Amino acid sequence: MQPFENFTGCVLPLDRANVDTDAIIPKQFLKSIERTGFGPYLFDEWRYLDQGEPGMDCSQRPLNPDFVLNDPRYAGANILLARDNFGCGSSREHAPWALADQGFRVLIAPSFADIFFQNAIKNGLLPVVLEAAVVDRLFTLAIGPRALEMSVDLVAQQLHPHGAEPIPFPLDPFHHHCLLKGLDDIALTLQQEAVISAYEARRRAAVPWLFADC
Amino acid sequence: MASAQSPGQPSAASAAAQSSAAVPVPGAPRTLYEKLWDAHVVRVDEHGTTLLYIDRQLVHEVTSPQAFAGLRLAGRRPRRPRANLAVPDHNVPTADLHLGIVDPVSRLQVETLEANCREFGIPLFPMGDRRQGIVHVIGPEQGFTLPGMTLVCGDSHTSTHGAFGALAFGVGTSEVEHVLATQCLLQRKSRSMLVSIDGQLGRGVTAKDIVLAVIGAIGTAGGTGHVLEFAGEAIRGLSMEGRMTVCNMAIEAGARAGLIGIDETTIEYVRGRPLAPPGEAFERAADHWLSLNSDPGARYDRVVRIEAALIEPQVTWGTSPEMVVPVGGQVPDPAAEPDPVRAASYRHALAYMDLRPGTPIAGIAVDKVFIGSCTNGRIEDLRAAAEVARGHQVAASVKLAMVVPGSGLVKAQAEAEGLDRIFTAAGFEWREPGCSMCLAMNADRLAPGERCAATSNRNFEGRQGQGGRTHLVSPAMAAAAAIHGRFVDVREV
Ligand code: SF4
Repeated sequence: MQPFENFTGCVLPLDRANVDTDAIIPKQFLKSIERTGFGPYLFDEWRYLDQGEPGMDCSQRPLNPDFVLNDPRYAGANILLARDNFGCGSSREHAPWALADQGFRVLIAPSFADIFFQNAIKNGLLPVVLEAAVVDRLFTLAIGPRALEMSVDLVAQQLHPHGAEPIPFPLDPFHHHCLLKGLDDIALTLQQEAVISAYEARRRAAVPWLFADC
Repeated sequence: MASAQSPGQPSAASAAAQSSAAVPVPGAPRTLYEKLWDAHVVRVDEHGTTLLYIDRQLVHEVTSPQAFAGLRLAGRRPRRPRANLAVPDHNVPTADLHLGIVDPVSRLQVETLEANCREFGIPLFPMGDRRQGIVHVIGPEQGFTLPGMTLVCGDSHTSTHGAFGALAFGVGTSEVEHVLATQCLLQRKSRSMLVSIDGQLGRGVTAKDIVLAVIGAIGTAGGTGHVLEFAGEAIRGLSMEGRMTVCNMAIEAGARAGLIGIDETTIEYVRGRPLAPPGEAFERAADHWLSLNSDPGARYDRVVRIEAALIEPQVTWGTSPEMVVPVGGQVPDPAAEPDPVRAASYRHALAYMDLRPGTPIAGIAVDKVFIGSCTNGRIEDLRAAAEVARGHQVAASVKLAMVVPGSGLVKAQAEAEGLDRIFTAAGFEWREPGCSMCLAMNADRLAPGERCAATSNRNFEGRQGQGGRTHLVSPAMAAAAAIHGRFVDVREV
């Protein structure tokens, strides 16, 4: 995983609650056995007017002019602003893969679905949880004649919407550490091999039926 | 959202948010969740993150290819290959199995699973094996799922297995890889919520109606950051199949996992399963399992009580499982909704579903009916649907009514009981096991604009096919809708 670096970007206001993972990346694209290439199919059913199938050349497809991602004001947006319960539904990691592939690096919402939140962190995406009223204010700023520019400072845990007060955001210290360092958590866990083996030996004695396989 | 808190997900209200997990006081009463958690802690690091031991993992073709690729890339091997069980389910066709998978992309995904299992020594039930089926049906059926264990799968409906008093939750592909490599996961303790369904259910009201009513009451984000323990007389009265239905949809309430305490119903279901401990070992295991139940006086972060007698058969009207009303109700009016964000969602949903506020639910016509999925594809579900279908005919206006058993063994059992003949005589199609039209990754799907009564768990836009409109109901309600061509109150037919 790449370390997360501070950056300045532009905000895409996706004014919907309960954006589910089927909407983020519809199931027909989950047939891929790769981790990349999902960006053009992000929000496929909202984004295009035709029915998307894997392998299509998306540059030739008819765009839905009413969908915010197709609004030229927000071209190149890399911060996604949404409402409550973003990423609800399935556990598909294809959802954060598609968001990252499209260029998003930060997601802001009043709440995220649990599995999606974990998946986002694992892929170097920063999910920012803010109070609904603060999110509301950001929507007002972002839905203007021009896109809202914002600087993201992970070290200080602050958002700097240009022309407005900085906004501090909470983050679990472990997640903060992982994102900043770009850590591979499997390698970290493997360093605990001795502790895991000791645990297994204890458990094997207590609940032998769970170890009948080996 | 007062309750927005997940393992490591901060709540908006407090910048210094940490998990509510307090340091356990020795001897204090504990919940089932706390006992399961405590028994699986390998280590707690300096950030307060727990390395949690995972006893078993279920694997399917959609969320595993990139995990195996990751292992290969790093030169890693599974720590305990036989602590995993793999099965293809999402992509498998439910008709003309002898043709194999026609779609080359789907076929590649299933073949990739088979090749990965061979390479890494993971046990697999391949297509054509009579034990093949939906992961969440075959795990319990085989006794791979046992009380007291931790179990994960790259699938959100892993919450199903919580019906056994196991801590079971869905994970992403990175975590599938983590478990393969280390048999552990990095986790934070969730909050706990007790959902008590008090008293007895009315006639014609099922486990599906309970869980839809719970989601209607607490909302799809109501359980975020929580593990839900379902309890109360109505839950204790459910069979294991019914309990699995309830826990299956805990994820639809936003919960990390669902749980139900262990009792004789649990023990008797597990006894004699192929992978359950045999003979004397089983009795010892059963004693241990019964000791895991929540202690009297155990504390929950939140308690919700629902009177069972007040629950009616439920039908969803919108594009989120929380958009649900009793069958006697009406499509709600967004104008009556004070919260503007919610009112906007309602308007979106009504436009997508092509419904008008005030329309009575009973009477809405359906084009297709789908009975199956990991929510309602078990033998008891098929019995309930067959009971309603027996001696009737699917309405002429219904284009397709299909029954898809959750596994090969469920299918065999249903056929032994003659349920398949009841369905086919009534005009239902009797299919091969798999996920099928629950998510329409195979050939079974809705055409744009088609309306479906489905026993599955998600009514999201496009879930059953682009432009398709899904109403979630119980198996009996789905069968009744097929017969009448529209939603009816199953208690009145
Ligand atoms: S039946 Fe549906 S919800 Fe269940 S595992 Fe299959 S696709 Fe997922």
